[in-house]
Amino acid sequence: MDVLILQLFNGISVSSILLLIALGLAITFGLMKVINMAHGELIMIGAYAAYMMQNLFQSYMPESAFNWYFVVAIPFSFAIAFVIGLLLETVLIRFLYGRPLDSLLATWGVGLMLQQLARTIFGAPNVGVTSPTWLDGGMTILGDVVLPYKRLFIIALVAVVLAAMYLYINRSHAGRRMRAVMQNREMAACLGISTRRVDAVTFAIGSGIAGIAGCALTLIGPIGPSLGTYYIVDAFMVVVLGGVGKLVGTVFGALGIGLSNTLFEYWTTASLGKVLVFLCIVAFLQWKPSGLIAMRTRSLD
Amino acid sequence: MKEQTRSVILQCDDITVDFDGFKAVQGMNLRLLEGELRFLIGPNGAGKTTMLDMICGKTKPTSGRIVFGSAEITRMKEHQIAELGIGRKFQTPSIFRTLSVFDNLEIAMKQPRGVFATMRAKLRGEDRDRVHAQLAMIGLETKASWRAGDLSHGEKQWLEIGMMLMQEPQVLLLDEPVAGMTDNETEKTGELLREISRTQSVIVVEHDMEFVRNFASKVTVMHEGKLLKEGSMEEVQRDDRVAEVYLGKRRDADASRSTA
Amino acid sequence: MLHKLLRLPQGKWMLALYAVAAIALFCAPLYLSDFRLNLLAKFLAYAIVALGLDLIWGYTGILSLGHGVFFGLGGYAMAMYLKLTASGGRLPDFMEWSGLTALPWFWKPFNSFAFTVLAGILVPALLALILGYFTFRNRIKGVYFTILTQALVIITTTLFIGQQAYTGGTNGVTGYTKLFGYSIASPGTKTVLYLVTVAFLIAAFVLCRVLVKSRFGKVLRAINDGENRVRFIGYNPATYQMIAFSVSAGLAGLAGMLFVLHVGIISPSMMGIVPSIEMVLWVAIGGRGTLVGAALGAILLNSAKSVFSETYPDAWLFFMGALFVIVVVFLPKGAAGLFTQLKWFKRKEAGHEGADSVRYPAV
Repeated sequence: MDVLILQLFNGISVSSILLLIALGLAITFGLMKVINMAHGELIMIGAYAAYMMQNLFQSYMPESAFNWYFVVAIPFSFAIAFVIGLLLETVLIRFLYGRPLDSLLATWGVGLMLQQLARTIFGAPNVGVTSPTWLDGGMTILGDVVLPYKRLFIIALVAVVLAAMYLYINRSHAGRRMRAVMQNREMAACLGISTRRVDAVTFAIGSGIAGIAGCALTLIGPIGPSLGTYYIVDAFMVVVLGGVGKLVGTVFGALGIGLSNTLFEYWTTASLGKVLVFLCIVAFLQWKPSGLIAMRTRSLD
Repeated sequence: MKEQTRSVILQCDDITVDFDGFKAVQGMNLRLLEGELRFLIGPNGAGKTTMLDMICGKTKPTSGRIVFGSAEITRMKEHQIAELGIGRKFQTPSIFRTLSVFDNLEIAMKQPRGVFATMRAKLRGEDRDRVHAQLAMIGLETKASWRAGDLSHGEKQWLEIGMMLMQEPQVLLLDEPVAGMTDNETEKTGELLREISRTQSVIVVEHDMEFVRNFASKVTVMHEGKLLKEGSMEEVQRDDRVAEVYLGKRRDADASRSTA
Repeated sequence: MLHKLLRLPQGKWMLALYAVAAIALFCAPLYLSDFRLNLLAKFLAYAIVALGLDLIWGYTGILSLGHGVFFGLGGYAMAMYLKLTASGGRLPDFMEWSGLTALPWFWKPFNSFAFTVLAGILVPALLALILGYFTFRNRIKGVYFTILTQALVIITTTLFIGQQAYTGGTNGVTGYTKLFGYSIASPGTKTVLYLVTVAFLIAAFVLCRVLVKSRFGKVLRAINDGENRVRFIGYNPATYQMIAFSVSAGLAGLAGMLFVLHVGIISPSMMGIVPSIEMVLWVAIGGRGTLVGAALGAILLNSAKSVFSETYPDAWLFFMGALFVIVVVFLPKGAAGLFTQLKWFKRKEAGHEGADSVRYPAV
């Protein structure tokens, strides 16, 4: 029983991380049809932003304030990744709309350069980020099952980001413009919406969320220049599994992959578990080729 | 008169299609005889294109049955239906842009469609003649080696018609074949359709009423996914309901319905 | 000068060019040092991968980021054979270290060279066929397919690293020196292996060329132009895509086998994400949709890499990343595309295109 609960918790924890990474993709891939392989590097940037913030606090702030660095680091990571995303969209991505495969290759090239840049600036070895002390320890339930605060914090963070995204997309004016452009670009342009600006901001928001994901990842382990590459393919699988265009699909996709990954790895080995998850995904796509939540269209291609 | 002697080649029984709650076609019936040239008209959103989509397998009906000759094709895949002998021309010209005009016709030609058949396929003299005859018919002889994507809009339309004829289908489905054509080209297309319907059956979806009046023998009017009226052009024009939803109040009908 | 050359019957001078290239390749042992010859042999093996990739990407429009796996499977097949011969009937060393006492069943057939060669081509081809069956049949295509192939790479490498007792883990399969009793490191054997590679490259080129020029190839290009339209003239695109993908994977497997003979090692890192996407870069740079371009792309980029990356390993990664961006954004048809673009401009000047390109802006 305890083992089951622990595995379930681990599964949800893995899902939450996948979801946080996939949320950004759900925007850039789901809404804009851009395959941003540099998404992993935006995560890495977010992680290094948190690292920098930690160093700043260590150097210039009184020791008592150190614990607060993480609170500042989250928006800081978002901002840095947002700006870099904006830059990326302006100089590169906008030439690649409507060419998803090309966007994949070009952004992979960007990712490579960003990784190398990080290696040049921060060095190739991984660096550790000290978590704030209030996240040490865990909550004990059922006598001996310990749920680490860090994991719980990440789950809560994902929930907050998800809610904020939902509100932004569905309730705000900016979100409505964004939906309008993604659904019918020409019409939106005719109605006086600057599609260029909406594209840029949308992409930047997706990137910013990657930054938050990177910040959250510093709680789990050391970070390095190739941090993003560990997660990027899994995150893409989440979007493929969940279907494109609806956030709820992404949530279920992340839960599906996260939980099954944990369970299979528990039952077999880490490497066999991954194979089984992949087979399950391919099997699932036999049943629903366009993912869990699919938008039906009548167009020919 | 003559119609009793001709047999039914395509029959759609009680077809309904549901796009997530929106019934694009409801309980539609359609019978097409051998060698018939049928026009399918109706205001935007009447479900005409959806009907063609279901016959050629692009959309699967939610309920109902489609029978072609003696075979039920309701649940067949597009390529199987095409191989059985139903050809489709889409509204926007869809030809293979990077292939030459000749190659477009060559791969459309009636032939075994398997992987290994096409790997071994040789262009025999008679095939070449067949393609050249088709090129002559669609007026693209001099452009046989052109990249199809470089053709003008009208030429692309013709090429697509040519490709459909190369398949030698028994039933041809054409979605607005004269859209964007000049009067001269339109006339030519009409003559061609008449010519084709001597040996093959044709269903044409058309908005150009002038064109329909000139070439239609029998017209089916659809409205909001249902059959409204079927008969000769004169009968249809005399019908009050048709006049109300389509001919008379066409402008209103267009304004109140968004495009399909 | 160039214009005059262009006016010759194209088929003829291309054929002459191919002949010259083939002769130059076969004579390379006469003018290249052993070291350079071995490098070239490796690049020619890569060129075989590029040909296969071009078949599905350039012609059919399917981007596979999973060719590292097919390449790796071929490589492992050959490495298993060499390892078994080197162990001379005993258990391969890494198996002993991992505590295995008997040879796993799937290793046993690799005692036979004929089986090895067949498996090196057919196992990747079959894997591609199966993956293709489950994806193309359901019209999972475009980026979805690409992402699945990338996932295939991840799980395969994880599996090969994880199952150390059977695969040699991170180190891969290495520690063999002899093929049919000849040392694969000796200059004589290397020359022979080089010539074998050239022969296979030419054979692969001819195969791809025949496929591409056949009606089968025209259907592949038609699928690239409009998959759905192909259905409505009666072809089943899924079968075509599956076969093309499978042939392409088989070629990658063949290349993997040759690679192991030249390099003497295969490990999971050679079939990972980065090598897989690098393969795509070769084709992108050389020019997708032209076989010669793809093969040349593989050879040139790897030559540049071997020169560059030894002296400036960091700069090389920057360079490769930038190359990706530049080629994709500015040269979508690669170096070979420059040549075509030149012709296209001439056409445009002649005024054939104007009206149409106005009505249909870059679709």
